[in-house]
Amino acid sequence: MRFSRLLITAGALAALAFPAPAQTNRINGAGATFPYPIYSKWFTEYNKLHPEVEINYQSIGSGGGIRQLTNRTVFFGATDGPMTKDQLLAAAGPVLHLPTVLGAVVPVYNITGVDAELKFTGPVLADIFMGKIAKWNDPAIVKLNPGVNLPGNDITIVHRSDGSGTTYIFADYLGKVSPEWKKTVGIATSLNWPGGVGAKGNEGVAGLVKQTPGAIGYVELIYALQNKIDFGSVQNLAGEFVRASLDSVTKAAAATKGKMPPDFRVSITNAPGAGVYPISSFTWLLYYQNPKDKRAGKAMVDFMRWALADGQKYCADLGYAPLPAEVVAMEMEALKKIRL
Amino acid sequence: MNRGARRRAISAVFSAACAASVLLALLPLALILFYLLQKGIGALEWSFLFHNPKPVGEPGGGFANAIVGTLVLLGLAAVFAVPVGVIAGLYVAEYRGTRFANWVRFAADALNGVPSIVVGIFAYSVAVMPVRRFSALAGGFALGVMMIPIIARTTEELLRLVPESLRDGALALGATRAKAAWSVVLPAALPGILTGILVALARIAGETAPLLFTAFGNRFFSTRLDQPIAALTVQIYTYAVSPYEDWHRQAWAGAFLLVVVVFVLSVIARLATRRLERMHG
Amino acid sequence: MSSPKLPLFRRRRPRADDAFFRVATGAVAAVVILLAAAIAFELLRNSKLSIAKFGLKFWTGTIWDPVSGEFGAYPFLWGTLYSSILALLVAGPIAIGIAVFISELAPHWMRRPLAFLTELLAAIPSIVYGLWGVFVLVPLIRRLEVGMPESIRKLPIFSGPPVGVGMLAAVMILSIMVIPFSSAVAREVLRAVPGSQREAAYALGATRFEAIRAVLFHGRTGVIGALLLGLGRALGETMAVTMVIGNNPKASLSLFAPQHTMAAVLANEFTEAADDLYLNALVEIGLVLFVVTLIVNALSRLLIWSLESGSRVKPRAAEPVPATGSEAA
Repeated sequence: MRFSRLLITAGALAALAFPAPAQTNRINGAGATFPYPIYSKWFTEYNKLHPEVEINYQSIGSGGGIRQLTNRTVFFGATDGPMTKDQLLAAAGPVLHLPTVLGAVVPVYNITGVDAELKFTGPVLADIFMGKIAKWNDPAIVKLNPGVNLPGNDITIVHRSDGSGTTYIFADYLGKVSPEWKKTVGIATSLNWPGGVGAKGNEGVAGLVKQTPGAIGYVELIYALQNKIDFGSVQNLAGEFVRASLDSVTKAAAATKGKMPPDFRVSITNAPGAGVYPISSFTWLLYYQNPKDKRAGKAMVDFMRWALADGQKYCADLGYAPLPAEVVAMEMEALKKIRL
Repeated sequence: MNRGARRRAISAVFSAACAASVLLALLPLALILFYLLQKGIGALEWSFLFHNPKPVGEPGGGFANAIVGTLVLLGLAAVFAVPVGVIAGLYVAEYRGTRFANWVRFAADALNGVPSIVVGIFAYSVAVMPVRRFSALAGGFALGVMMIPIIARTTEELLRLVPESLRDGALALGATRAKAAWSVVLPAALPGILTGILVALARIAGETAPLLFTAFGNRFFSTRLDQPIAALTVQIYTYAVSPYEDWHRQAWAGAFLLVVVVFVLSVIARLATRRLERMHG
Repeated sequence: MSSPKLPLFRRRRPRADDAFFRVATGAVAAVVILLAAAIAFELLRNSKLSIAKFGLKFWTGTIWDPVSGEFGAYPFLWGTLYSSILALLVAGPIAIGIAVFISELAPHWMRRPLAFLTELLAAIPSIVYGLWGVFVLVPLIRRLEVGMPESIRKLPIFSGPPVGVGMLAAVMILSIMVIPFSSAVAREVLRAVPGSQREAAYALGATRFEAIRAVLFHGRTGVIGALLLGLGRALGETMAVTMVIGNNPKASLSLFAPQHTMAAVLANEFTEAADDLYLNALVEIGLVLFVVTLIVNALSRLLIWSLESGSRVKPRAAEPVPATGSEAA
């Protein structure tokens, strides 16, 4: 046999015996800080199951997620505030909103000498964040919290400096309970705040509130829990003062039973029902229906199926409520829309 | 008090004030270094140096990907900036006084003054948007743009310092102007130029803003040039503004590491410069 | 005696060799011009919408509202100028003091180490200053704010809730960051002043202070240039400022109020500017920041140069002087 033929045969045999390692499938995503704890857990766990799939997610805020998805510099986006009609039009193709988990936005505060859980109503929260209620011992707050020794110092508002879905959820709720909020401040991921200090990310707000006596802010539940910051209960549509918890958030999602729109863009703030936490929300991952990178598309669809099923079991530990079964079923169907 | 004594008193007060300002400047330096040492050295452990990031709340994560990422970015920046900077400096030194050389000089000064956040914006629209991806290449490009003026200026100044006699000797032996510049003058200035490159590297190793919109960051270990990549500075920033104690610890360790690297590079550069000064007299 | 190897071809076409060299290196050098021009071009291109819509009112408007599409950049302009100028006022005298001490007053053995130490200040990355600012400086300032007597807190310059983050924190960090730049250049300027100036002063019976004053006066343009260099640095600083200034787009005279700067708003909002007008508004801020820094740095270099070329001192070997303006990470 000629030497070159021998070489080729040997090479072919070797290739059969030692298949080349699967090429790593690197997928980039960006967006909300609200679900970052669970997403980072999910992407790591999924990578353990499928080592060739590396999903790199950077939490730059919901606004950033929407923008970078529109610019197509990332494969998927993540947001707590659904894309507006204008934003959907500006995208490079039809975009799917797929809910992943449920979360709650809680009012966090840091008042020296006050350890109790404060009660807030929607209108009172709106007035505080609009700057109309400026001191902690304002009659409106005192009335809701008899017996609590509220000091007379100023309230320092801490809000997001970046475009945030958490802001969107909070503003969405405040807009429903305070017509003045809706008119003057509005509902969006970036707002023209009447005052206060801006911090970047849920992390920044949590950190700043924790360090600033007299501060009030709004963060996703898990950030309040992990940071051990006091957070208050909020009055729901039924008149009860409810504290955010897996149970109360799940009840809020139950309000969508039978009413979930096919594009999943729904607001569950101020939902009716008993035991409902009024500042709850879905959070979504955003995908192009017709992705250019089919390989990444396949991997992400597979990931979604895993997240909607097995992934949900990681929710409780991290302070998120799992999706209702009905929504999961709808999503598994909707995933088929992604053209691979 | 007579006039003489008064003048002497004023002089003494002035000297004291100058000494005080030195102490005033060194005080924050000491404070910062002390704080870094205190917070950072404790967290500088095996898992920090050799592990990749873990999800929030899980202990044992590290900065391995960010350390390697910074090295990759510095390498990319150098590959881009060193040839451009050195040759640009060479041109300006060789053809001083010509209109074109003045333009190059002016452009280098302009580049030097561009705020790094603006460089980041520029790199986003030029290196990220057209290809629709964040990448190590884009990050290296942004850092390179910042390195070029530093290297160009150092090269030009060093070439001017090379004694004329060296050049004249080469020309007298029949070399062309080009040959004299390239093969005689430039090598003579090379040690200093290398020092300048070290200084430039030390500078951009600490940059964060231009990488935010270009390298993007990566939770996984990656050295691929066409994919997002982690960087020491960006990861320190991300961890620092987080609410997790463990991440804060790692941020301090990262900051400590970064400062050590930058200081070492600066010290080497300074020692090298001093040796060169002694050589050239 | 060994003769240097010379290429064979030079015997045949020395002119072509030189011409090729000139063109080739010139082409690479042109990349520098290309980059600078490209930055200016991209900034202009991506801010057209905003410039067209708002014109000069952009810089007097105080409302920055992405929701309604109303963009006024005055708070950022105010924040940048206020923080940088104050930082210069604080850092300037200190920088000059250091320069004077190191080049005129200190014993010889002290000079190198001191110069080295002040340069170390410049080597500290911006993010590390930010870290230290957030975890050390801001709590300190908060304690200061809380401990201040009510009478002083009523003054507009000290009013506001004791948040800690705010203009004061930003000014303090900027001052520290600016000192090494200005002092290193001021040192060079003082070295460039001919010895004859000093000698003449001493010969006339001047005290230390008076002689140094004469030297400073002689090098005044250079010293101003050194200060301007520090200003240029402060103008573009991003990371350290955004971590301690409070990111609140409301201009205020109060040192304790959280405010914003041009560089900080870019870092915070650039990746998410969802619509074109928003993005253009941000890029317009970047454009003006670029132009202002350019002018300040050019002016500074002009002033420093005029002094150095005026004296017949040979320029020294390039010390690893921290490069100007742009270490604004």
